[in-house]
Amino acid sequence: MRFLILVLASLLALPAQAALNVFATVPEWGALAREIGGDKVDVFTATGGLQDPHHIQARPSLIARARNADLLVATGAELEIGWLPLLQRESGNPRIQTGQPGLFEAARQVAMKDLPTRLDRAEGDIHPGGNPHIQTDPRNILAVGAALTERMAQLAPADASVYRANWKAFSERWQAAIARWEKQAAPLRGVPVVVQHKAFPYLEDWLGLKDVAALEPKPGVEASVAYLGTLLGRVAGAAPRMVLVAAYQSPQAAEWFGREAKVPVVVVPFTIGGNERAKDLFGLFDDTIDRLVGALK
Amino acid sequence: MNRTSIAVLAASGLLASLPASAADADLNALRDEIRQLRDSYEQRIAALEARLAQAENQAGAAERSAREATVTASQKPASEAAFNPGIYAILSGTYTRLSQDPRHYSIGGFVPPGDEIGPRRRGFGVGESEIGLSANVDQLFRGQLTISLPPEGGGAEVEEAYIQTLGLGHGATLKAGRFLSGIGYLNGQHPHSWDFADAPLVYKAMLGGQLRNDGVQLKWLAPTDLMVELGAEMASGGPFPSTDRNSNGVTVGTLSAHLGGDIGVSSNWRAGVSLLATSPRDRAYDDTNAAGADVTNAISGRSRTWVADAVWKWAPNGNPTERNLVLQGEYFHRHESGSLAYDVNGAGLAGDYASRQSGFYAQAVYQFMPRWRIGYRYDRLDSGTTSIGLEKSGLLSAADFPVLASYRPQRNSLMLDWTPTEFSRLRLQFARDQSRPDATDNQLWLQYIVSLGAHGAHRY
Repeated sequence: MRFLILVLASLLALPAQAALNVFATVPEWGALAREIGGDKVDVFTATGGLQDPHHIQARPSLIARARNADLLVATGAELEIGWLPLLQRESGNPRIQTGQPGLFEAARQVAMKDLPTRLDRAEGDIHPGGNPHIQTDPRNILAVGAALTERMAQLAPADASVYRANWKAFSERWQAAIARWEKQAAPLRGVPVVVQHKAFPYLEDWLGLKDVAALEPKPGVEASVAYLGTLLGRVAGAAPRMVLVAAYQSPQAAEWFGREAKVPVVVVPFTIGGNERAKDLFGLFDDTIDRLVGALK
Repeated sequence: MNRTSIAVLAASGLLASLPASAADADLNALRDEIRQLRDSYEQRIAALEARLAQAENQAGAAERSAREATVTASQKPASEAAFNPGIYAILSGTYTRLSQDPRHYSIGGFVPPGDEIGPRRRGFGVGESEIGLSANVDQLFRGQLTISLPPEGGGAEVEEAYIQTLGLGHGATLKAGRFLSGIGYLNGQHPHSWDFADAPLVYKAMLGGQLRNDGVQLKWLAPTDLMVELGAEMASGGPFPSTDRNSNGVTVGTLSAHLGGDIGVSSNWRAGVSLLATSPRDRAYDDTNAAGADVTNAISGRSRTWVADAVWKWAPNGNPTERNLVLQGEYFHRHESGSLAYDVNGAGLAGDYASRQSGFYAQAVYQFMPRWRIGYRYDRLDSGTTSIGLEKSGLLSAADFPVLASYRPQRNSLMLDWTPTEFSRLRLQFARDQSRPDATDNQLWLQYIVSLGAHGAHRY
């Protein structure tokens, strides 16, 4: 018993960390917070590039990390609905509760696409707030980053000038990079593509890709071979040039379709850690654009 | 257009820098003219650039206002209904095939806490329907109400009705009301999220299915990267193994400590120890005495249950969508001592009573391809040897307490389930249940469980 009290006392006496503690649900927001915060921020990222952010469990390590977070950065739009509310409740952390400045939802900073006109679970795994995969358009990163900088500045006023300076430098580099990517991706404009999951509306909008079909009959519902067969006939007229699939998803359906339709399967990293090259935000888009342009050849 | 003018200017610049040879005066005049031309072009380009920048700004503003318009348009109109809590309903149904009569179900050597522990019935039947409401009450509290509707009728039952703090800080959370106790692992989960169609034998025998407390719960999370969670509960009332005491004091207390963390990217774990302490008064149970007459006996005294639980989950790259494996097990040990009253409605004899009972289950559930899981569970209980004063003193014999006769029940269960979406599950389960000393029950379940409405987050 005395030992237990000693242990508890030593835990309570742990020094408060100076840096802002950021808990990011997905790698892209973790990376963004790191770009803004530099060494004035301690970032924990709950998921990796090969994990499906829809299906994560509120496992013990996440509860422990959420307990100490000053700022929780989530995508929102119900992407993390299956686990984030539980983390908020189990963490006993008042700072990250809904309505507190310590909860930042990226999806609130951008114009959402694919807003469903009918809310019915028979439509598959739809999100009432719109498609949550906003990170595939680098212009969204800019909008989210600007708002995140101000939120971080609000929570840690002492470091506000550092955050703003870091953000200014990053956003200048990012804008230059967007111009570079747009130039490189010019041949992709108007190219018809097939996607595995409806995960790319923002990327398609940015690059002017033409989405002719999704392999999933409904969002989150796997395609049967029979369904893929009919789809093959249906999209033949549109002459898709490639099949897009995110690294965290099983490529089986895409590979089957690619083989039958004789089009390349492009596995894009989708987020940081999706592949070897996607180590940071720049690497993520460098690799994505290279793969997309490469598939045209 | 800009590009063309720049090219013209560049060409004229080249022209202007040509080496002077003859007719210098003419050339100088020409140069002046070109310079003037260039200056005027530069002014016009600057003006054009300014206009372009302005137009871009306006376009940006238009885009922003369009974005704001989209955001506004997507918001629901204000109404009272906008504050409705999240509502969900759980529906389930089974087809059960049992080789033994469920009305005579018992767990040998253990005092059954009621008629809810066995399989409900043979043939087709609906399970308990469950309705839940939950929402943040305000910035301080969250409320949850879960009502279950037993298929036999008899009115709705309040499964859970509690409030929980949102902002106590320092990792503390306080819960008050009726809630699922935080002891063990499975106890905190709703039956619809269990991996098998029924509870482990040890939960049935030691907790009467699941422990719900009417009281308060305090949980504290340590500020460490390794999850360290300590919990304590104080409650009154009479869920098994306790009884209603008509007392102002706390009659049920629990303590629990859980640790958890990750092992690399692919696996994670949680393990802990809990204690449930209570003092039942006149906890009655039915038995048949040596003469074959039905008697009601009652136990009073103190009851201490220790629970050790552990779960380990694995998924390649931590992505459970394709394949994953979950191993879990819990061990219970209960020590009870006090007095046993024999035939409380008749003879009314009383004597000492002491028992040490234990049991465990261990299970493995493997998702071998998306949406399909297979699982195996082994259950084992040991009733130990119950010490009964009335028997030792020779007043009564062991044949007067057949329910308490020493026995080691066991059960093997095998299940296969298909989960097409997060909201529906179909399950096939087969069990060979040796809970009864005299017969083996071969059980087959076909079950569906679906959830409607608000997207509930499932506990770890």
